[in-house]
Amino acid sequence: MTSWQNNRAARDARIAAGAGLARGKLVKAQDVTRLLEAVIRPGDRVCLEGDNQKQADLLSRALLAVDLSRVKDLHMVQSGVVLPEHLDLFDRGVAKRLDYAYSGPQSARIARMLFGGKIELGAIHTYLELFARYFIDLTPQVALIAAVSADREGNLYTGPNTEDTPTVVEATAFKDGVVIAQVNEIVETVPRVDIPADRVHFIVKADKPFFVEPLFTRDPAAITEGQILTAMLAIKGVYAPYGVQRLNHGIGFSTAAIELLLPTFGERLGLKGRIATHFALNPHPALIPAIESGWVRQIHSFGSEVGMDDYIRARSDIYFTGPDGSLRSNRAFCQTAGLYAGDMFIGSTLQIDLQGNSSTITTSRIAGFGGAPNMGADARGRRHPSESWLKAGAEADPDGSPPMRRGRKLVVQIGETFGDKNVPLFVERLDAIELAEKLKLDLAPVMIYGDDVTHVVTEEGVANLLLCRTAQEREQAIRGVAGYTDVGRRRDHGMVSRLRERGVIRRPEDLGINPLDADRSLLAARSIKDLVRWSGGLYAPPSKFRNW
Amino acid sequence: MEDISFRHPARARASGTKRSAIVGVVASGNLEVLVERVLPDAECAVDIKTAAIGFGEVWSAVIGDFVERYSPGGLRFSINDGGARPDTVSLRLAQAVRLI
Repeated sequence: MTSWQNNRAARDARIAAGAGLARGKLVKAQDVTRLLEAVIRPGDRVCLEGDNQKQADLLSRALLAVDLSRVKDLHMVQSGVVLPEHLDLFDRGVAKRLDYAYSGPQSARIARMLFGGKIELGAIHTYLELFARYFIDLTPQVALIAAVSADREGNLYTGPNTEDTPTVVEATAFKDGVVIAQVNEIVETVPRVDIPADRVHFIVKADKPFFVEPLFTRDPAAITEGQILTAMLAIKGVYAPYGVQRLNHGIGFSTAAIELLLPTFGERLGLKGRIATHFALNPHPALIPAIESGWVRQIHSFGSEVGMDDYIRARSDIYFTGPDGSLRSNRAFCQTAGLYAGDMFIGSTLQIDLQGNSSTITTSRIAGFGGAPNMGADARGRRHPSESWLKAGAEADPDGSPPMRRGRKLVVQIGETFGDKNVPLFVERLDAIELAEKLKLDLAPVMIYGDDVTHVVTEEGVANLLLCRTAQEREQAIRGVAGYTDVGRRRDHGMVSRLRERGVIRRPEDLGINPLDADRSLLAARSIKDLVRWSGGLYAPPSKFRNW
Repeated sequence: MEDISFRHPARARASGTKRSAIVGVVASGNLEVLVERVLPDAECAVDIKTAAIGFGEVWSAVIGDFVERYSPGGLRFSINDGGARPDTVSLRLAQAVRLI
């Protein structure tokens, strides 16, 4: 007779094999490697929770130490490849195949290992895309996750950095998988239940709290006049004319400058309440002055940020918080929010080509995508209108019939024409193409496709690609704001000046901005200490950002 | 270090009355500009000491655009560059003209 419950039986057998090492669901830290050897089978799909910020570091080390005769050739399906141990697994042969989304801190080593054939690569995804595949064809058999605390039944409190956990657990627990959680402490009652106990099979108390990286803190002291000028151009040349209210910001210094100019430059332009009111955004400290000045109505977050907990708790009108008062983040929901309910994404990148394609991948570094491609893409499934969306759609297709014309999300690439160490932002050909050739990938790892990009903003001006009618116009519009890079110096001056007459390119003077006014005194906060002061002492920056 | 010099004819004398002015700082990614009113009204000179080697063409383009736009006749600029980006150079030169 055919059996239809093989997977459930296999899951029960795995749990039974691990139960000998547990009291109830509790496993001692020194027994974790033996637990993993009992529960995991060779070739399993395993999600080792490595988020953008929060890391299941104890479970990573335990997995690395397994006996290779019992556990090997795993297929890792995890959003972040962030800790050295994540890659050590492949060096040792514990894992073989990898599907992931983001590898920021390991970008150089993962590139070497991919070139060296140490890792069999499935694909590099966006967060939302990898989460989607958890429910279709990359469902984990075992999930190793991180939480702040657990009670004895196994209810978990994931706290401000909830991030990916609910999504990972949903896919694993409801498809006959095993969920193992590391927690910072065991408590009588958790502050709130983020993950119900019946989805959690084993709990390990870690000897020290899970590692969290402060990724979204930009020190205002490091913002340059060039970034301030670029931010002024973006506010006056993009936010204002479209009346952009719902948006996501990237994590670079240019967007931090925008956040710090809202209460000063933005206020003078009379834009308060008209722009930047609703965000899909991590709790950026740089947004504190705008929040305190009454600009921002609501923020939903992918994760949290180190030092922001007390501020968030005290500003629950702005942030999403649980019954315990602390932030509840959720990466999958926030990515969906940014994709479908955001009217603009604005962020920086490392390379932009002549069609507007952008990439953060260079031949020696593979940083992955994270969420930018979802934020920075026009959602073809969107059906609700907004002022900004309709106006952008009309600019792209002025002759179309209004009731039948799709709107457009604004996808804005912002940056200085030369980046770190004077490396040009604009290139004739993306390094991503060379990488795809070397690794024999079917698809070059492009962060944002050119046909989704609507504006490019640099210190030289704003290029509105929605108004370009041919590929040649598009190329010259990009060259026309590419400054003194090779790409910029090879512009067709006649065509660029005609594009400027049509308003496709707008220079600072066309927007009534004098570059000499781009001064640091315009920033609402000029240091981390200023941010602490704006927050009324609620923001507690990590020590590496303190210099007092 | 590399030394680069440019001499340009200028359309008109730079406005202002000061004899000299200084802006910026010598630091990585930044530059210091000393400007002095010491040349005939129809001339402009820019002398650069830079830490970044091999950017002669970019300097030429930046200085050419600057002279065209601000017509800094009568001024000599001495630049100590710590590998600043071209847009920072343009900004400091414009600040120097305003200051003098």
